[in-house]
Amino acid sequence: MIESTGANPAHLSPSDVQKKLLMRASLLARIRQYFARQGVVEVETPLLNRYPVTDPQLENLQVSHPFARNKIDKWLYLNTSPEYAMKQLLSLGSGSIYQISKAFRQDQPGRLHSMEFTLLEWYRVDFDMQQLMDDVAALIHAIDPDQTRKRSVQKLCYRDAFIQYADIDPFTATAQQLEAHTREFIDIDFTDQPKDTWLDLLLTHRVEPRLGHETMTFIYDYPKSQAALAQLRQDDAGNTVAARFELYMNGIELANGYQELNDAEEQLARFEQDNVTRRAMGKTERAIDQDFITSLRSGLPDCSGVALGIDRLLLALNE
Amino acid sequence: MGTYSTNEFKNGLKLIIDGDPCNIVENEVVKPGKGQAFNRVRLKNLKTGRTWEKTFKSGESVEAADVVETDMEYLYTDGEFWYFMDSQTFDQIPASAEAVEDAKLFLKEQDSCVITLWNGAPLAVTPPNFVELEVTETDPGLKGDTAQGGTKPATLSTGAVVRVPLFIEQGEVLKIDTRTGEYVSRA
Repeated sequence: MIESTGANPAHLSPSDVQKKLLMRASLLARIRQYFARQGVVEVETPLLNRYPVTDPQLENLQVSHPFARNKIDKWLYLNTSPEYAMKQLLSLGSGSIYQISKAFRQDQPGRLHSMEFTLLEWYRVDFDMQQLMDDVAALIHAIDPDQTRKRSVQKLCYRDAFIQYADIDPFTATAQQLEAHTREFIDIDFTDQPKDTWLDLLLTHRVEPRLGHETMTFIYDYPKSQAALAQLRQDDAGNTVAARFELYMNGIELANGYQELNDAEEQLARFEQDNVTRRAMGKTERAIDQDFITSLRSGLPDCSGVALGIDRLLLALNE
Repeated sequence: MGTYSTNEFKNGLKLIIDGDPCNIVENEVVKPGKGQAFNRVRLKNLKTGRTWEKTFKSGESVEAADVVETDMEYLYTDGEFWYFMDSQTFDQIPASAEAVEDAKLFLKEQDSCVITLWNGAPLAVTPPNFVELEVTETDPGLKGDTAQGGTKPATLSTGAVVRVPLFIEQGEVLKIDTRTGEYVSRA
């Protein structure tokens, strides 16, 4: 349970309270040391936001605005991550920055999910995706309480991970082929889903459980339909892919990173597409964060950024 | 008929899957970093006893199984069915071998059992946690024989075979924990 990692008194007892609090506090201290040495500045951005996120698979928690003047700002939205505000700092010229903050999502609680959790999010100016993956690995080596442990670093592109662990090429297979392949392994009732749903099923059921055992495994170059806020790029085979990565340890997804999209109009088009998807899914459309778009237009420096779940990291490091 | 959203899934919730009542044994939410969330569920079919894994898209609704648990008194068996009586209405219902399963080894006449009913038909039978049963057959215990850890098998009136201390003799009544199938004490 991610709640047992020292963040919630309801999941602590007199027999483990000191050990778990110390484990968490010293991890946070080592993270701050790492970034201080690297000259990355700690920041604190608002948790309450005027705009929700458009991502069709993410729902903000919201609170009613006690001083609302009109219906439009009736609600304040709790961060699902500090991404937009941090990028606005980058656009203002902050240079490389990091933040340790709470994030809130309407996720059904479970072993690896909680509505409230702690994120470490950081941005490195002039880093590309590969450099940021190396930075993530260096940070985890530097903060691992067991300094005798040297996990090897494995980088696997999304396509190869699927071919290796799910026996199918995610880029050339059609939605129908992916569905048929999925049904061989997983008992499901639904049918006729978008291609990404089948990819998500195979990823969570067939690929993820096999990643990051004795290693830190990075999956990168995601399908362009799953780019979110990442730049698109051409892979070696000439496919258009998203410059996005995720880190896995012990089969658990720990971090999600992008070589950041800094084309404001492309970002706006993706947000608008999110709303089209939301409508098709029967979900409410979301107001697009105009402050974020305006700041992108003023110019986001070339940078890469990543969000790492602190509670899950504690679980993975202590397994 | 009611439904449950995947958001309500938890262990012990009863669903109808392919027309059969099923019990959620384990529920795990899996979600890729960005993308669709799923409920990966281990289910037990309450009619056949089969357990298997099934995945639902989070947010889907699934038909709820109208399952109730009720106390009933065990009467007798004719070898094919086990008969139970509602002590309020005196209604009698037969439970099949599939429903009674291993509970039949601990059913004693007039004991009160928990019957799981689905559409009025028994799906499962849970005997009391402790029952008192007579030893119908056991070897005479040899003094000082501890080669078997100081126990020996004994057959009870229901046909159940349990391990008992060496001093237990045929005709004695024993207290048995039905959850573990183990000897507790002399009754």
